[in-house]
Amino acid sequence: MAYALQQLINGITLGMIYGLIAVGYTMVYGIIGMINFAHGDVFMVGSFLSLIAILGLAALGITSVPLALVLTLLFAAAIAALYGWTVERVAYRPLRGSFRLAPLISAIGMSITLQNFVQVSQGARVKPIEAIIPGGIQLMDRGGFAVQLSWMQIAIVVITLTILAIFTWLVTKTPLGRTMRACEQDLKMASLLGIDTDLTISLTFVIGAALAAVAGFMFLLYYGVIDFYIGFIAGIKAFTAAVLGGIGSLPGAVLGGLLIGLIEVFWSAYFSVEYKDVAAFAILIVALIFLPTGILGKAEVEKV
Amino acid sequence: MTALRDAFLSAAVALGLFGPMVGLVTVSSDHGLFLRARPVAVAVIVGLVFFGRLGMLTWRGRNRAEATRANRAFAERITRAGKYVTPVLLLAALALPFSGSRYYVDLGTLVLTYIMLGWGLNIVVGLAGLLDLGYVAFYAVGAYSYALLATTYDLGFWTCLPLAGILAGCAGVTLGFPVLRLRGDYLAIVTLGFGEIIRIVLNNWVSLTNGPNGITGIPRPTLFGLRFSMDGGDGTFAGFFNLEPATIQRVIFLYYVIFGLALLTNWVSLRLRRMPLGRAWEALREDEVACRSLGINVRNTKLTAFGIGAMFGGFAGAFFATRQAFISPESFTFIESATVLAIVVLGGLGSQLGVALAAIVMVGGLEALRDFLSFLGDQMGSELFSGIASELPLYRMLIFGLALVVMMVLRPRGLVSGRTPGVSMTAPKEIDAELVAQGRS
Repeated sequence: MAYALQQLINGITLGMIYGLIAVGYTMVYGIIGMINFAHGDVFMVGSFLSLIAILGLAALGITSVPLALVLTLLFAAAIAALYGWTVERVAYRPLRGSFRLAPLISAIGMSITLQNFVQVSQGARVKPIEAIIPGGIQLMDRGGFAVQLSWMQIAIVVITLTILAIFTWLVTKTPLGRTMRACEQDLKMASLLGIDTDLTISLTFVIGAALAAVAGFMFLLYYGVIDFYIGFIAGIKAFTAAVLGGIGSLPGAVLGGLLIGLIEVFWSAYFSVEYKDVAAFAILIVALIFLPTGILGKAEVEKV
Repeated sequence: MTALRDAFLSAAVALGLFGPMVGLVTVSSDHGLFLRARPVAVAVIVGLVFFGRLGMLTWRGRNRAEATRANRAFAERITRAGKYVTPVLLLAALALPFSGSRYYVDLGTLVLTYIMLGWGLNIVVGLAGLLDLGYVAFYAVGAYSYALLATTYDLGFWTCLPLAGILAGCAGVTLGFPVLRLRGDYLAIVTLGFGEIIRIVLNNWVSLTNGPNGITGIPRPTLFGLRFSMDGGDGTFAGFFNLEPATIQRVIFLYYVIFGLALLTNWVSLRLRRMPLGRAWEALREDEVACRSLGINVRNTKLTAFGIGAMFGGFAGAFFATRQAFISPESFTFIESATVLAIVVLGGLGSQLGVALAAIVMVGGLEALRDFLSFLGDQMGSELFSGIASELPLYRMLIFGLALVVMMVLRPRGLVSGRTPGVSMTAPKEIDAELVAQGRS
């Protein structure tokens, strides 16, 4: 029981990270109907940017943890947003209206490029850091197994929920959110009504990349070790989360992320750690076959 | 003036992108990580972006129609040259072992392996239009099939080769079944997941595959029962022909084996293209809904594409296993799939010659460049050239990735657009390359 509770806590923390990445996939898919393959790598870049910011702040002598966290978050989100914008501008915008495989292949190229760019510029070795927020609270101790809720996990959940609240407000209450939803419903009609669709799509990528950077920062905090390859697996899992929750649906992405996080953690705890990635991929395949619209998604009608 | 402003903006963006990532390197030391600044590298990159953008804007300023005409003339020239390039390439490939250099024969074998993989994947991606990101899975299935059959049951290479192909083909059909209904981008992700599943299973199923340690001592192929061993006895190649035993004989033999296998792949896919099946593939690539309305069995068409493509991947895998005599899951990562996909895409999705040229340029060209640079470094005693040469393999995948993006943006139909449909009712109309590029015809 205590063991299961511990796994539940871990699963929710991990699920929050996946959910944040999944939002970026689902937003881009909703608007231009393509899988932004490089999104997982933007997450990885965000994670590296956070690492650089943390080390830089430490070198500058800023020791206050809350201040350092906020500054790192802002820095990583801003630069990652620039990455998101550049990726869209360079690799996707020239291909709008091209044949159907073109943007996808370009996205794969961008993903390989980002991965190897980080490998070349920052080195291929793993980057470990010390825990920034050590310690935690002990929830219960039964049968020699102590259930730990670390401050780090609390921080991750709180920051994620705050960011998601801001994001929800942005999408539902502001003019920008309205244009985004308009573009999602019908891109051509939105442009006929005078919405700058190119700008809206760019902003979608910017917001998605910023969220991915936040997730990258959380990942760095949670695991304390990153390398240039983390974006690949995390990206696929987040994509699975987006599909599971119903691609195109924002609450669905977070829900899917939580589910994937829980499944992964419980699978590792009760079956095998080696095959945890297989579990995620298997869920992806099963979800696409039996539940292609996802949990909260709408059925898509193919028009010719 | 606008060009100058634009270039300044690009440089500012580049500063934001590369400033932290290139300018501040995380270096590990005994006291944990610390940052090291590299301002010069950032300055060089930002300068390159500035002048590159400026140059691009000035160049693009020329007449649009003129550019289109130049583009079309270039495409025509390449297509016409293709007639002469093919026999020249074939002759060069046949004659390569006579150079006697082990290095070139090894490089040729590597390039031919990629050409064969490219032609195999071309059936799935180029002809049938199904984006498969897990092609390496079938390569792995072929390699492990041969390695396990040969080491467990003592079967020879030529017995196992068809078996490896059949097993890989079965894996292809098995993967094909669940993903039949999926659209392009979903299909890509699922095949990618499948490739990763195969790799993870190979890594963890230690009792069968020996896990990350791999399988060693995989037997080499024989020539009509003649072994290529160093003892020079009766049953060996050297002993039978009264030659001095040498490793180069085996290397050259392997080169001709993969040459034959690659030609077989090419021949089969060229013949298939003329059959109703091949035509159905090409129709499927162009429009799935139209195919279904015309009564083409979409399910069988897709499954055969997956199966046949996977089968050639399996052949190549068996060859890889016998050539290396050692395989481990390390050799079957996503990077391999991406490399093969890059070759197919750069070759122009469907063009046989294009795939071969792309493999030569991307695999052989880079290797040759590295060789040339280290040679220059040795000759001139310059640290710079040998430094670049030793770092070049790191940049290989970076160049691949960028090439994929640039290729899609500039010439989405590939360098050598071989998209002439196998059949047409009347004399084919000339279609403007720009229109094709935009997917309008």
